[in-house]
Amino acid sequence: MNITLRVWRQAGPSDQGRFETYRVSDISAEMSFLEMLDVLNERLTLEDVEPIAFDSDCREGICGTCGVMINGRAHGPQAATATCQLHMRSFSDGDTITVEPWRAAAFEIIRDLMVDRAAFDRIIEAGGFITVATGAAPEANLTPVPKDTSETAFDAAACIGCGACVAVCPNSAAQLFTAAKISHLNLLPQGSAERYSRTERMVDTMEQFFGSCTNHGECEAACPKEISIDFIAMMNRDYVKAKIQKRRGG
Amino acid sequence: MTAPNLDPRVPNGPLADAWDNHRFSIKLVNPANKRRFKVIVIGSGLAGASAAATLAELGYRVDVFTFHDSPRRAHSIAAQGGINAAKNYRNDGDSIDRLFYDTIKGGDFRSREANVYRLAQLSLNIIDQATAQGVPFAREYGGLLDNRSFGGAQVSRTFYSRGQTGQQLLLGAYQAMARQVGLGTVKLWVRTEFMDVVMKEGRAVGVVVRDLLTGEIRSHSAHAVVLATGGYSNVYYLSTNAMTCNVTAIWRAHRRGAAFANPCYTQIHPTCIPAAEEFQSKLTLMSESLRNDGRVWVPESPDDNRAPDQIPDQDRDYYLERIYPSFGNLVPRDVASRASKRMVDAGQGVGPRKNGVYLDFRDAIGRLGQQAISARYDNLMQMYNRITDEDPYRVPMRIYPAPHYTMGGLWVDYNLMTTIPGLFSLGEGNFSDHGANRLGASALMQGLADGYFVLPSTIGDYLADFLNEDPVPESDEAFTRTESELQDRISRLLSMKGNRTVDDFHRRLGRVVWDHCGMSRSRQGLDQALSDLPDLYEEFRASARVPGDGESVNQTLEKAARLEDFFELAMAMCVDARQREESCGGHFREEHQTAQGEAVRDDENFATVSAWFWTGDPSRPELQEENLEFENVKLSTRSYK
Ligand SMILES: Cc1cc2nc3c(=O)[nH]c(=O)nc-3n(C[C@H](O)[C@H](O)[C@H](O)COP(=O)(O)OP(=O)(O)OC[C@H]3O[C@@H](n4cnc5c(N)ncnc54)[C@H](O)[C@@H]3O)c2cc1C
Ligand code: FES
Repeated sequence: MNITLRVWRQAGPSDQGRFETYRVSDISAEMSFLEMLDVLNERLTLEDVEPIAFDSDCREGICGTCGVMINGRAHGPQAATATCQLHMRSFSDGDTITVEPWRAAAFEIIRDLMVDRAAFDRIIEAGGFITVATGAAPEANLTPVPKDTSETAFDAAACIGCGACVAVCPNSAAQLFTAAKISHLNLLPQGSAERYSRTERMVDTMEQFFGSCTNHGECEAACPKEISIDFIAMMNRDYVKAKIQKRRGG
Repeated sequence: MTAPNLDPRVPNGPLADAWDNHRFSIKLVNPANKRRFKVIVIGSGLAGASAAATLAELGYRVDVFTFHDSPRRAHSIAAQGGINAAKNYRNDGDSIDRLFYDTIKGGDFRSREANVYRLAQLSLNIIDQATAQGVPFAREYGGLLDNRSFGGAQVSRTFYSRGQTGQQLLLGAYQAMARQVGLGTVKLWVRTEFMDVVMKEGRAVGVVVRDLLTGEIRSHSAHAVVLATGGYSNVYYLSTNAMTCNVTAIWRAHRRGAAFANPCYTQIHPTCIPAAEEFQSKLTLMSESLRNDGRVWVPESPDDNRAPDQIPDQDRDYYLERIYPSFGNLVPRDVASRASKRMVDAGQGVGPRKNGVYLDFRDAIGRLGQQAISARYDNLMQMYNRITDEDPYRVPMRIYPAPHYTMGGLWVDYNLMTTIPGLFSLGEGNFSDHGANRLGASALMQGLADGYFVLPSTIGDYLADFLNEDPVPESDEAFTRTESELQDRISRLLSMKGNRTVDDFHRRLGRVVWDHCGMSRSRQGLDQALSDLPDLYEEFRASARVPGDGESVNQTLEKAARLEDFFELAMAMCVDARQREESCGGHFREEHQTAQGEAVRDDENFATVSAWFWTGDPSRPELQEENLEFENVKLSTRSYK
């Protein structure tokens, strides 16, 4: 296959940035999208052009390190697929493909396609855990958890923290990421003691970094793990309850 | 006799009491004094994150470093199949003793009894801890935890979270650590790479790191340093590991004096998707749990070009079931991998490049229905489909072995301390519990046992002696000298402006190691590799190209630095493999096999740990041996027939 790439190049956070065009030829359809970028980078290196900086690690859709906008879509054209799992067979010979970093105020561009997603860690640090010091845990089977509760908690826990939800949101909101963690923990009996304090702390921290949700729902469509926006509704309910409880001094 | 530098400090007395007795006899640091100690943890995978969280809960001041952008990216996230624990919830005869025995036997009698026994004991606590943290393990309809079986065991003791067990366990440990970051007891440094350990008076007193965004080189001092930096399968270039997995941390520690144990013990996993094209950057694992329901076969005839569903049973060779009737498709990994290699080498491989064997779900789907199979493995089935564009519910999967796990690593004593006082190693980066072959679902167990339970207890024994001592100041000559050595190294790498890419050399290195120190090894092949590697290393230094500067993000520079360490490691692997004149676990020497092609161990001469010390010449390390004493198990020939 022969492809024309328009790639965002930006030397650092304070650089203006611009698109550069590169032609890549003899790409096999079996190649992954990132392997195609690897091939281009090897060529650029030998042509004395600095290779395109991008993040990736597991290359199997689980670590959440990768993620770019491909033709205006987060992680590219294929549903439920992270950038690293995309193969060139999803494109046609002769295509022009535009590649850009996630764009959101909270995700500063570090270089080319790399962004800083540290704000996600701050949200987890605010309450995305169950307080149980090592050694203090009771025997695991003392607390049965209904199978469907556990499965729903898992659906939420499947989030890989890639940031696609923020990147596609017109408001750059992080509701889906935050709700996924809150729901995972709030649904389980082990997490219920901290349910309201967790929700309040995490939502308040989220609001320090990210925009507000106006229910566009684009996040759900872009999520490579297909996390449902129903979790956002769950989070909102718990947040309201948390505030009421607090007002009552509870 | 065990060399004096390698005192394993294994407690005396009966195995079952050893860990309790040891904890009672070692020194403690009282709760109020713990905050006077600073501990550096490198790595935030299962081992590092669990250790950092627990040390901080106990009161130590902890600094955690990772080169990832977030601790949650560590490669533990990719573990699929599950984690073992001897809970015996199935009442199928499991016990601590049985998990201990299976692990020792699975490792082909090349690990320390006391370590493995402790691991089996702690397996119970890990499941309790993870469940309390909210790890969503699979459950049965009654709400209690479910189990499945895994290779190398005849009981069902594997706990799992769909096909994402590593992800959920890592998030549990990451969240426990995040709580401590929020409380201010753990300080987190992301996108920061450990480049060297700083030594003073024979002890580890801190680290030198490089900021991957600005290139800044910095020192950090501490009372103790813990390396939890994962495995080195990427020495083969193509492996199931993530792109950034590397050997740098433990290799740099080795160069400062830490013994490197059994570098040649590497695990080639039997069920990975075969490579499809030349520029493939990594291989994807299909969890071993698939062997519970999938049957492995190849066509009887190398010339059979029919589609798999057109090949009737009598023209198929279900070779694992044929050769190993009692374990069948569930033989341990090393056994399964070698059997597949023999089939492909004999020309019976399948697929467009004839580089795989079939893993077929037809019979399981016929017996249980597609829904039942999909409930167990759907995410794996989808992953396979995404990569190959084939539907494994209808067409059998194609699989082939790939480098996956490294049993070798830094030598550690029972306290997990390396031969450098004050330097500890956890998780896949140490050599401890798996001998010459690791059983499925036991790496997660070991990483978490090390981090949650072992190190937090044993580190006090070392620290207690330094109660009234501050860490060595970072202005000390020990730090500034190490920094300037690193600065020189970076400048040298940046001056490499040849005409070949770093990846190109990595691919070539990988091919040499795969051909000669992979699934099977011979003296002749290893000699060949040891003559080729120094030349290739030389060529790399002379003609690789590292573009850019050292003051901003430079991913090629990062790769080049890691590749140098892989080159040196590769030589140590070959030296180790050549020295070990026997076949055991993942180390198969062609000279040491039966007429049927089964491994032949030499317990008389090689019931030892080979610990190598750095001499300055990577192809001439110095060997010291730790003798393995077996008092509780009888050494037997592994048989899965
Ligand atoms: C695809 C796959 C599936 C697996 N499935 C299973 C399974 O089902 N069951 C099982 O028991 N085991 C499984 N394993 C094995 C298991 O996942 C690993 O052995 C284990 O997770 C390793 O954990 P770790 O904490 O030692 O290292 P890792 O999780 O690799 O963490 C290493 C950490 O060190 C950091 N690091 C490394 N070098 C440096 C440096 N120089 N400077 C700064 N930071 C550094 C990294 O950033 C990372 O945070 C699987 C492995 C793979 C590859
Ligand atoms: S690189 Fe891990 S999710 Fe894409």
